[in-house]
Amino acid sequence: MDVLFYICAALAVLAALNVVLQRTPVYSALSLIVVMCALAVVYLLLDAEFMAVIQVIVYAGAVMVLFVFVIMLLNAGRETPGQHSQLARWLGVPLVAALLLEVLTVVWTQFPAESFAPAAALDAGPKAIGQRLFQVYVLPFEVTSILILVAILGAVVLAKKET
Amino acid sequence: MVPLSHYLALSAILFVLGAAGFVFRRNVITIFMCIELMLNGVNLAFIAFSRFLGNLDGQLFVFFAIVVAAAEAAVGLALIIALRRNRESLNIEDLDSMKM
Amino acid sequence: MATFSDTGFLLVVTLLKIAVVLLVLLTTIAYLTWLERKVVAHIQARWGPYLVGPHGLLQPLADGVKFLFKEDIVPLEADRAVYWLAPFIGFTLAFLSIAVIPFGEGFTFYGRTITFQITDLNVGLLFVFAVTSLGVYSIALAGWGSNSKYPLFGGLRSSAQMISYELALGLAVVGVLMISGTLSLRGIVEGQSGFLHVHGVNTFLPNWNVLKQPLGFLLYFTAAVAETNRVPFDLPEGETELVGGFHTEYSSLKFAMFFMAEYANMVTVSCLATLLFFGGWHGPVFGPVVLRVFLPVFWFCLKVFGFLFFYIWMRGTLPRFRYDQLMAFGWKFLLPLGLLNVLGTSLVLAWLSSP
Repeated sequence: MDVLFYICAALAVLAALNVVLQRTPVYSALSLIVVMCALAVVYLLLDAEFMAVIQVIVYAGAVMVLFVFVIMLLNAGRETPGQHSQLARWLGVPLVAALLLEVLTVVWTQFPAESFAPAAALDAGPKAIGQRLFQVYVLPFEVTSILILVAILGAVVLAKKET
Repeated sequence: MVPLSHYLALSAILFVLGAAGFVFRRNVITIFMCIELMLNGVNLAFIAFSRFLGNLDGQLFVFFAIVVAAAEAAVGLALIIALRRNRESLNIEDLDSMKM
Repeated sequence: MATFSDTGFLLVVTLLKIAVVLLVLLTTIAYLTWLERKVVAHIQARWGPYLVGPHGLLQPLADGVKFLFKEDIVPLEADRAVYWLAPFIGFTLAFLSIAVIPFGEGFTFYGRTITFQITDLNVGLLFVFAVTSLGVYSIALAGWGSNSKYPLFGGLRSSAQMISYELALGLAVVGVLMISGTLSLRGIVEGQSGFLHVHGVNTFLPNWNVLKQPLGFLLYFTAAVAETNRVPFDLPEGETELVGGFHTEYSSLKFAMFFMAEYANMVTVSCLATLLFFGGWHGPVFGPVVLRVFLPVFWFCLKVFGFLFFYIWMRGTLPRFRYDQLMAFGWKFLLPLGLLNVLGTSLVLAWLSSP
């Protein structure tokens, strides 16, 4: 079971690299879908079965479809290299590496395996999440429904052609 | 059992890659996708902690994060469509003035 | 503590189940093409395939050979990776959702139970929806990868239609979920055993969900027909409309993969309709042990066949929707009806469970 996590992690990292490095937006979008599906498998390994399917249905199956539609409709072609200073490019990669090293050091040393053993497996099925959602978090739930309504209206108004 | 630090390391790598892409890329849609990559990295950290601390609230936070990301993607992509219609360019270096 | 022989046994049995299910599914798809041509032909007062084998029964074989030997034409400006990827994604996803569908009860074999299901997930129904959501990509990418006007518009229209009807599909099923209390497909079927009792009186009708959720069933089946891009919702791929829709520029093997993916989706949807609304494998069971084990599978297959026949019947009979009528139907009619169904079901359940 553990080896499955490492396989999915490697897949997710390779796909994330592809998202950042590809010149064509469509390939970046497809790689992002691969990242999301790999993360869904990792969620399953973490006993979060409901969130795994929600990730695939909502994030990979609806939000990314929106991205892919917009890329296809706008016919976003290949990205041309820009004309900014070479200094920024030569300085950028080592700085990113430094940031990555810094974050990894914190994450690796501050959470030792002994003091962070996994707790007892919690019931993360739809029933448990539903109960928590509608008993403790019912106010954020209602607020997000208003948020989605506002987003729908905003998107329709923004994307309309001015006739 | 895979130790917690491994899950957090994966989350950190995804987040830093997303941040790097956000800073360096010039196509607006690709920048947006790097933001989604960062959000995914953070969601993974939440679910890992939820499992290791035995608390379901982490997964609920991810639920709300996904919903908010969906709303944000809808509005952001509508903005990009409107931008493309008015400026004819998806290159972020051309989108540098507020004048029409 | 699972011993090595336990995991070994599980692995062997699962691989065997996968092999059997794939074999049966592929044969079903091949003979669905034959059945469709025969039934549509008889509806149109003609014979249909007749020459290849008795009553044209070897026609699928001939079609398969034709697809293998046809010339593979690839448009010059097509985006290579996306063009090649689209049919494979569609094909793979169409065969993935069959993994959680239970065909029958199961039996015990030297003390170990073997169920007629490859795997029973706790969120089995949501898994099928997840695979359906990802199936939208194969059509959108096929349309875009062909780099040509008709496929692009066909692909975008078809994807927009599939996303719209996914919502209605999900809402239609919520009523069933409220009655069953579980997302596991085996659990939903097991909740439909026995006879329907109304206020303690035993009507001798089967305890199927279609009798408790008639509106839900109609909504589900309509949305499912739209999801699988079949008549009367098949405008994006109709031959007289956008040339061929998203699969205009595809030939031979890749076209065959789209074809097979569409039929596999039809089979999946029919299986889900029987599981959710028509009691799955429940039916009269009698006789010796061997018969008792395989009769539920027979009843399940009979019901699925009924739905497939209904699909083909609709193909031969109904005209197709115009695109704006189609979208208006999905958003302005099915979605509000779905919400009303959820509301009504929850009110009735709350009233029935109150002391």
